[in-house]
Amino acid sequence: MSEHHAKPTGITRWLFTTNHKDIGTLYLWFAFIMFFIGGGMAMVIRAELLQPGMQVVDPLFFNTMTTMHGLIMVFGAVMPAMVGFANWMIPMMIGAPDMALPRMNNWSFWILPFAGTMLISTLFMEGGGPAFGWTFYAPLSTTFAPQSTDFFIFAVHLLGFSSIMGAINIIATILNMRAPGMTLMKMPLFVWTWLITAFLLIAVMPVLAGAVTMMLTDRNFGTSFFDAAGGGDPVLFQHVFWFFGHPEVYIMILPAFGIVSHIIPTFARKKLFGYASMVYAVAAIAFLSFIVWAHHMFTVGMPVAGELYFTYATIMIAVPTAVKVFNWTATMWRGSMTFETPMLWAVAFVFLFTIGGFTGLMLGMAPADFQYHDTYFVVAHFHYVLVTGAVFGIIAGAYFWLPKWTGHMYDEKLGKMHFWLSVISVNILFFPQHFLGLAGMPRRIPDYAVQFAEFNFMSSIGGFAFGLSQLLFLYVVIKCIRGGEKATDEVWDNPDGLEWTTPSPAPYHTFETAPEIK
Amino acid sequence: MPVSKITKKLANFICISMAVVPSLVFADYKLNMTQSVTAVGNDIYNLHMLVLWIVTVVGVIVFGVIIYSLINHRKSKGVMPASFDESSTVEFIWTIIPFIILVGLAVPATKTLLKIEDTSNPDLTIKATGWQWKWEYEYLDNGVRFFSNIDKTSNDARQRNSGTDPYSVKNYLLNVDNPVVVPVNKKIRILTTSNDVIHSWWVPDLAIKRDAIPGYINESWFKAEKIGVYRGQCAELCGQDHGFMPIVVHVVAENDYNEWVVKQKKLAATSAASANKIWSQAELMKRGQEVYSASCAACHQANGQGISGVFPAIAGSKIVTGTLDGHIKIVAKGKPGTAMQAFGTQLSVGDIAAVVTFERNAFGNDTGDVVQPSQISRQASGGLNHE
Repeated sequence: MSEHHAKPTGITRWLFTTNHKDIGTLYLWFAFIMFFIGGGMAMVIRAELLQPGMQVVDPLFFNTMTTMHGLIMVFGAVMPAMVGFANWMIPMMIGAPDMALPRMNNWSFWILPFAGTMLISTLFMEGGGPAFGWTFYAPLSTTFAPQSTDFFIFAVHLLGFSSIMGAINIIATILNMRAPGMTLMKMPLFVWTWLITAFLLIAVMPVLAGAVTMMLTDRNFGTSFFDAAGGGDPVLFQHVFWFFGHPEVYIMILPAFGIVSHIIPTFARKKLFGYASMVYAVAAIAFLSFIVWAHHMFTVGMPVAGELYFTYATIMIAVPTAVKVFNWTATMWRGSMTFETPMLWAVAFVFLFTIGGFTGLMLGMAPADFQYHDTYFVVAHFHYVLVTGAVFGIIAGAYFWLPKWTGHMYDEKLGKMHFWLSVISVNILFFPQHFLGLAGMPRRIPDYAVQFAEFNFMSSIGGFAFGLSQLLFLYVVIKCIRGGEKATDEVWDNPDGLEWTTPSPAPYHTFETAPEIK
Repeated sequence: MPVSKITKKLANFICISMAVVPSLVFADYKLNMTQSVTAVGNDIYNLHMLVLWIVTVVGVIVFGVIIYSLINHRKSKGVMPASFDESSTVEFIWTIIPFIILVGLAVPATKTLLKIEDTSNPDLTIKATGWQWKWEYEYLDNGVRFFSNIDKTSNDARQRNSGTDPYSVKNYLLNVDNPVVVPVNKKIRILTTSNDVIHSWWVPDLAIKRDAIPGYINESWFKAEKIGVYRGQCAELCGQDHGFMPIVVHVVAENDYNEWVVKQKKLAATSAASANKIWSQAELMKRGQEVYSASCAACHQANGQGISGVFPAIAGSKIVTGTLDGHIKIVAKGKPGTAMQAFGTQLSVGDIAAVVTFERNAFGNDTGDVVQPSQISRQASGGLNHE
């Protein structure tokens, strides 16, 4: 095991690497870049919505921005960031030397930049990029879509390949490469959440691939899957899409649950409360995520029995989700807490994700959803779960593990400043959107009636502040890579987990000899 | 004061205090769900308030515990961490309690839903068809049929950098040329469908939101209990001008409604009669420009240049400067599989003649052609099924 190849340097190190840490780093940087590109688009959206009237862009380009913002954030930023964490941390957490399938690991990353570039290149094509929303409902995305849609379809296929390969790799690693003695129920929570997430990915990415393939043939080869005029069914598209789409939102949030479940016990200096029930809750959420998809479609005119079923099933998700929140609360209870930057983000996650969960419960009730559906209330809801949920989880994890990755402590003062700026601005950004939605502002509109002006103004100001605050994060990360106080191997005060038994920075190869788990 | 009123007041208070700062700064705001003018809408509102209350109470308790913990259980206070990390009893309790609450919520939700979906025995049925980007209404009981576009003032003001202050426009973006008119206290059934992409017919005050889907006819209903004007918008992304296809419903007394129906029928008759009139070129150009602005400019643009790669230009177009037959045909029948609609079913013969004349002589097309309504009927014989 000891004859190592010399580590290649320069660009080839990154192009040909099969090392889980290198690939993790690549994933994380890719996600970070996409986060800023998608964020830039959000700034365009908020600039147009700053005040009533059309000032900045045309309506069609506005729709392109909302569409690309969603696609890039979901497929380019959040998902790759989570895979980046998985690559870096799973082998180190289970005591494995690397991922099970290192060459496939290289490939599953290197597909991404090409897929991302292809997706973004549609902006420069004649007729503009996709402008039909990230949910790309047919027939707006088929018969009525610009030429560039075919490139979008191919990009989605590539992103799907990448995700499926990543998921296979994660499952193979977790099931086969755990250190002796690490039974499933001894696995760290982050590993558990990713194992379940990976199964979700394998189950639903092919469904998405099916949906876009049907779009492709509808557009180019004369089929009519979604074209009513040819005997097809536009609502079929929505069923297929949301059968992918609902598990997809859990794909984005479950690993964040895992990250937070590591951070809170560390800084509360207390074991995670209810480990087993946490695992069961994640599994229950994952299962439920497959049987609730049509709650996104209450207004399409389902039979009343269908609406009742999807209402009941949807609100049931509140049970395992509540269990998780209660467990985090009980972990903090009578702990001995300190509030380093990762903990601040994790605590904010618990508060703000819960608010997103509350509005999720409200949206799950079909009769009330008839008023909420497709309004800014929905926009507020999913940004609370995705930005203050998934993204806050990612940022928390980044601060938590940066010292292990780089060997340096990040700048605590700047990290806290980043936190406070973000947590205040993000609420100014998204909280007023609840009011806008309830007052009747539809989503995906480039201009609005004047009674919505005040809250939109507030929201835009919060948006600009939140966007700018993330530049500080970039600065903190770069500063931490380049230097800073030397991190100890444990980094934090007696943290739990194999990753903290390795030196900081973690050497290129770790756990070449498997550790023994008692 | 009835209990529900008190809860409403309290709820408003809570909502307002949740946004203390903005409510102090801005006078003209709305924080909570629209309280509709229908009985079902009230049920929906009450359900919304019930859930909002439940999550508020749960939130206060959970967040209270966390905040207490954050303040008191910190290392800087010299607290030693407790060692508990499991309790089946506690886990069981906090699994079962949410479950019981949810069952409690499911009951009123089910009741309300069953009411919403009971579309039987309507007094009046209106078919609302979504088009990119306008609504067509057809009163199935008396044959009244018309298109409803965003009103011209809003539409002009919403153009990019129009120079018009949206605040100076009355009901900016929420006003139409032809509103829906319905009698008060009658059960109105709305059938929604679409001619092109998916739209959604939503009026918050009437508590209806139902998708308009090509190939489907969806049903919903309302019974407005108060005379008034109620405004809504398309709620499903339907392309470029999704934000600019408002819905306006006038709820009026039954007499007024009956008068309105008579008037609509007269208007239709006048329009049919104009098919035989001979128009001057100036008249045709003037009317043509109006029709172009209302029906064509959204895609082909006010300057006739279209949008490259999306909507073709009218200026210098081969079709527009080509044969009259070809031009009239594409206007009347549209181009299947594209955003070009069949205007033969939307515009009167006179309007088609006017807009075709306009397009053939505007934007530097200068063909000099004058098209009379009578020619349209002849040119597209059998193709125009208007009236």
